[in-house]
Amino acid sequence: MTQESTQQGPLVEMRDIRVAFGGVHAVDGVSVDLHAGEVVALVGGNGAGKTTLIKTLSGAHRADSGEIRIGGEKVTIDNPRDAKALGIETIYQTLALAENIDSPGNMFLGRELRTRWGTLDDSAMESATREVMARLNPKFTNLKVPVSSLSGGQRQSVAIAKSVYYNARIIIMDEPTAALGPAETTQVGELIMQLKAEGIGIFLISHDIHDVFDLADRISVMLQGKLVGTVNKDDVTMDDVLGMIIVGKLPSDVTQTELNGLHG
Amino acid sequence: MGDTPSTNGDEPADDGRGSAGQLTEPTAVGADGSRSIGGLIRTAEIDTRLLGMVGALIVLWIGFNIMSGGTFLTARNLWNLTVQTSVVAMMATGMVLIIVTRNIDLSVGSMLAAVGMAMALLQTEILPDLFGIGHPAIWILSLAAGIALGAAMGGLQGVVVAYVGVPSFIVTLGGLLVWRGAAWWMASGRTIAPMDKTFQIFGGGARGTIGGTWTWIIGGAACFGIVALLVVRRRQRIKHGFEPRPMWAEVGVAVVACVVVIGAIAVINSYPMPERLAMKYAEENGIAWPPGGLSIPLGLATPVLLTIIVALVMQFTATRTRYGRYVYALGGNPEAAVLAGVKTRWTIVKTFMLMGVLVSIAASVQIARLNAATSGMGQLAELYVIAAAVIGGTSLSGGVGTIPGAILGALVMQSLVSGMVLMGVDAPLQDIVVGIVLIGAVALDSLYRRKAT
Repeated sequence: MTQESTQQGPLVEMRDIRVAFGGVHAVDGVSVDLHAGEVVALVGGNGAGKTTLIKTLSGAHRADSGEIRIGGEKVTIDNPRDAKALGIETIYQTLALAENIDSPGNMFLGRELRTRWGTLDDSAMESATREVMARLNPKFTNLKVPVSSLSGGQRQSVAIAKSVYYNARIIIMDEPTAALGPAETTQVGELIMQLKAEGIGIFLISHDIHDVFDLADRISVMLQGKLVGTVNKDDVTMDDVLGMIIVGKLPSDVTQTELNGLHG
Repeated sequence: MGDTPSTNGDEPADDGRGSAGQLTEPTAVGADGSRSIGGLIRTAEIDTRLLGMVGALIVLWIGFNIMSGGTFLTARNLWNLTVQTSVVAMMATGMVLIIVTRNIDLSVGSMLAAVGMAMALLQTEILPDLFGIGHPAIWILSLAAGIALGAAMGGLQGVVVAYVGVPSFIVTLGGLLVWRGAAWWMASGRTIAPMDKTFQIFGGGARGTIGGTWTWIIGGAACFGIVALLVVRRRQRIKHGFEPRPMWAEVGVAVVACVVVIGAIAVINSYPMPERLAMKYAEENGIAWPPGGLSIPLGLATPVLLTIIVALVMQFTATRTRYGRYVYALGGNPEAAVLAGVKTRWTIVKTFMLMGVLVSIAASVQIARLNAATSGMGQLAELYVIAAAVIGGTSLSGGVGTIPGAILGALVMQSLVSGMVLMGVDAPLQDIVVGIVLIGAVALDSLYRRKAT
């Protein structure tokens, strides 16, 4: 399936998306795409519109105009449920976990497995969680404790496991490493690489330029609601991308004076 | 996952809430140095908080027994204690869920009066005219109407809280005044009595006990149930490939639980009927009255039996159903619950309705026990119910609380009150002690929690 979709063209195409709040154009005619097994980073300063753009894909916001194609087909996404039905899972910056409940409880929240008497099937949920975890984070075995007593990396694993279990084709990650220490950031990076290897397309929203260069295949830069451009990671340097974020021009268009200004 | 340096090795220490048996070597947690005992308890997956509460209760009972010169730990007092606890205990199980959803219900005392008054009026003034006094439809219909009324009253408050967005503190504070006024209005402040003969059974009076034989049967069934539950759980674990608890722990838990159940039954059954009642009983059943008198056990009182049933149903609801899971999830993180597709508002309405139903059951017991309904019934009950839930470990910030904890909390409160009554402590001083204990219990709990995390 992975091979096929790569050959058939992008998994997600967002064309000319516009979102306005009152008179402000939060997203102003932006087009981005994502292939299976690819990580596309969305970067930009605060208020650049990247979160708003991605919310039109996760169903949290409606776009005023523009079109979204998934696997080549035009789709309408009105709410998070629509997005989930299309295989789009979102991992929020806050992780959206109920701290007082254990990992299987969180993973199946809203979609609990039940026994034939209609009661919660905790053993089945635990063993399913165990299976997914064995793939994602084999060292994480104490599933029966409340999430509040887990480390940041383990919580991130639970949030990611939730997406993986429901066979997400597209995962949106909003600042996945913002609240993590260095070791845990490495671990999340490994998780992302693994998802990628499984043919899942990932939109990564991040402020951390190092993370972006470690994880992304392509980088889309936004400034003031507009797309500055999309570049291949291997073709640019960090300075180039910083230039795009701050000045809003593609590397080839940036003058030497502007570059010097960056380092000044 | 590659060679990430021990990100997962440094999980925060398990705080004794029980983890799936992977702890062969207990981590050094117990600051009290009870490494081996703590380890044993953890391996057996016993709730340490609950164990602590049981310990506190035992200390309390022994203390009162010494101070009251041996009158506290008598069959008679313990039997009465179970009956007195039942009204507050039943409502406390509902209050746990209310508080877990980050709400509060201050109206339960007034609601008890209003529902109780409505049920009393139905069975004394309205239904007898339709069916004739003593008709079985009377108690059934008034009970059903009471439960429906309680659910409606609770549901109404729940809708205002969940859909209109008025804080539950305000809604139920209003309810406290409204329902109390309604209780007075229904009968213009009159006392309504007496209740239907069959309905009186709910109160656990002379005819409201199930007798010694049935009490033993229930005790036996409870033991059987405990063992069956343990066996099923063990099989489930093995089926899904988890390491089960060690056999000694399973057997130990089963034995301790059964001994406690059988002990409690034995104590209850050692409280005989008062002589006058026993004479009447002997007469009715054609038993000759021996010169030394007869010792016929009263057995479990109906309110206690009801409380046990309510507790079991509520425990099942809280831990085994989807609804229960949602209650805890939305208490832990409302946003996460919404994002996961949980209908949080409807869940809150259902919780308030459930509270209303429990209030009606408690009201039935109350009016049957008094054999009368007054508009002043249940005054301050809301505070006792909230106190029982909180002493039982329910956290007012939401997400945390258990049904067994609430029952134990109610038992602790009632033991305090009845112990002080036995010792002849003045009523104002009783209130002072109960108030201080409430604060102390919560203070201890927050200290415990801070240490645990």
